[in-house]
Amino acid sequence: MTSKSKWLSTPYVLWSVIFIIIPLGMIFYYGLTDKTGAFTLENIAAIMTAEHAKALWLSILLSFISTVICFLLAYPLAMILANMKVSQHSFIILIFILPMWMNFLLRTLAWQTLLEKTGVINNILTFLHLPNINIINTPYAIILGMVYNFLPFMVIPLYNVLSKIDENVINAAKDLGANNIYTFFRIILPLSIPGIISGITMVFVPALTTFVISTLLGGSKILLIGNVIEQEFTQASNWHLGSGLSIVLMIFIILNMVASAVFDKDGEGAML
Amino acid sequence: MKRKNVKTIVLTTVCSMAAMAVMTGCGASGGGNNGEVIVYNWGEYIDPETIEMFEEETGIKVVYDEFETNEIMYPKVEAGASSYDVVCPSDYMISKMIENDLLAELNFDNMPNAKENIGEQYYEQSKGFDPENKYSVPYCWGTVGILYNKTMVDEPITCWAQLWDEKYADNILMQDSVRDAFMVAEKLNGFSMNTVDPAELEIAKNSLIEQKPLVQAYVIDQVRDKMIGNEAAIGVIYSGEAIYTQRENPDLEYVIPEEGTNVWIDSWVVLKNAPNKENAEKFIDFMCRPDIAVKNFEYITYSTPNEAARELIEDEDIKNSEIAFPDLSQYDNLEVFVYLGEEGDALYNEMWKEVKSN
Repeated sequence: MTSKSKWLSTPYVLWSVIFIIIPLGMIFYYGLTDKTGAFTLENIAAIMTAEHAKALWLSILLSFISTVICFLLAYPLAMILANMKVSQHSFIILIFILPMWMNFLLRTLAWQTLLEKTGVINNILTFLHLPNINIINTPYAIILGMVYNFLPFMVIPLYNVLSKIDENVINAAKDLGANNIYTFFRIILPLSIPGIISGITMVFVPALTTFVISTLLGGSKILLIGNVIEQEFTQASNWHLGSGLSIVLMIFIILNMVASAVFDKDGEGAML
Repeated sequence: MKRKNVKTIVLTTVCSMAAMAVMTGCGASGGGNNGEVIVYNWGEYIDPETIEMFEEETGIKVVYDEFETNEIMYPKVEAGASSYDVVCPSDYMISKMIENDLLAELNFDNMPNAKENIGEQYYEQSKGFDPENKYSVPYCWGTVGILYNKTMVDEPITCWAQLWDEKYADNILMQDSVRDAFMVAEKLNGFSMNTVDPAELEIAKNSLIEQKPLVQAYVIDQVRDKMIGNEAAIGVIYSGEAIYTQRENPDLEYVIPEEGTNVWIDSWVVLKNAPNKENAEKFIDFMCRPDIAVKNFEYITYSTPNEAARELIEDEDIKNSEIAFPDLSQYDNLEVFVYLGEEGDALYNEMWKEVKSN
């Protein structure tokens, strides 16, 4: 039995070695060496320079705001979905997932066309004699892009966790005299923490590392840490610095995952 | 323990690279009756029909790959992971490749079209990066200038300084590449666009930082669509795009700024470790045939250095266009980019990051 399952897992082990372990090893190799191949911590310490620190701080700030907005939008939606009949909610979820069948880059490009000064939205607003919105190439457009692209990643884990809550638990709370608000804060919210953590991770991490959204919707004027790393690889051909900064970013991601592991202990352990 | 780890990392890296080599090897084998040629060119920089014609006429199969910037192309070619034959880099990148011994000397006897049809002055100009004309055959050339929308400005745009005019705030598109962006600021301040003097660069950097609040966006290819769509009044653009944009939006006008600008050449080169050197020369020669060169010119609208091809252009306006074929002798402040060396590149990249993060 065990030998058979071992054999069956070979493709997955091979997959993760080729596409996860080796690339990670290469990032660490490049990140911890300089051009001559000698060991150095300089590439990691480079995060302290003014431009890098600023880019990192801005990335954290924008992805934090996006995560909060995603959470505030997704939680009520997930609750509504969880309370729906099966036939209805699968349809709504389909509608929600449908845009994700389109390529992420195309969807972001579409936002550019929508938000431009002479874009679709402003044309409609002008036609209706309403004031134009001018958020393209500002941090607001980047946050919009992040929220739009990553919202489903918040909705789905929340929905999963909320739909699994036993209705009897809620009924019991109400039997014991708890009102709706009290039930929500003492029963529903604590029980949904694994989903919240999972959702936060799945929004915050990609938002923190994105460089496409900031390039397309920020007009390349706003430098996020993802842009810095991308440019080190594509423009400056400095793979060592790019890898070093990636390692720093990994530390933030690992911190996030540690936090989720800690919070998950008293939850149900259901990540997704 | 540590040493062992490093060893295993190196070992696994080598293994993965070997695996990649096998994979690309599989992809590259086969080909036409007369072998193949692997071409690495800029995106949208050739009429695909000409590739088919080459394949039909010579029986050589073309494997075609594209890159977006010189900087993306270089590490791929340098690593040799994929064995390209013909590449089409720009001037300064060619000098870098020559310096790092990546290019093969060309035999012009195998390329009569390249020898005869390309104008002498373009070979002369190429000496700035290929001093003996041994390694490169010019494919396209042009200037970098300002494209402006006549209906959105109240005076003719003539110089870079107007890109610092506050009345055009949020209406300016700058190039999102280090050398092009710095070129504008360096010319504005009267410096060479190849300067590596930290004091001059500091001034240029501060000019760019000062300009940043006025800039709507830093873009590369998108400047074309944005200018056509009346999204901005002024944009920094390659002359080759100007003809195309004017066709789509007649309100647009292209100028070479008074302070001077960059003249660039993109040339065909053959890599030193090219597996199909002979076919590579055949390909380059084919691209220099007048009927093929004019086909490519009409498709991509970037100025051709091919004099015989220019004669074949039917549209008189385009043939004598000041944009496509400016008389460069009337300008005395045009410059060609040269490779700045590793330290120079690093300095520019560092300063560009400061501009961007400001």
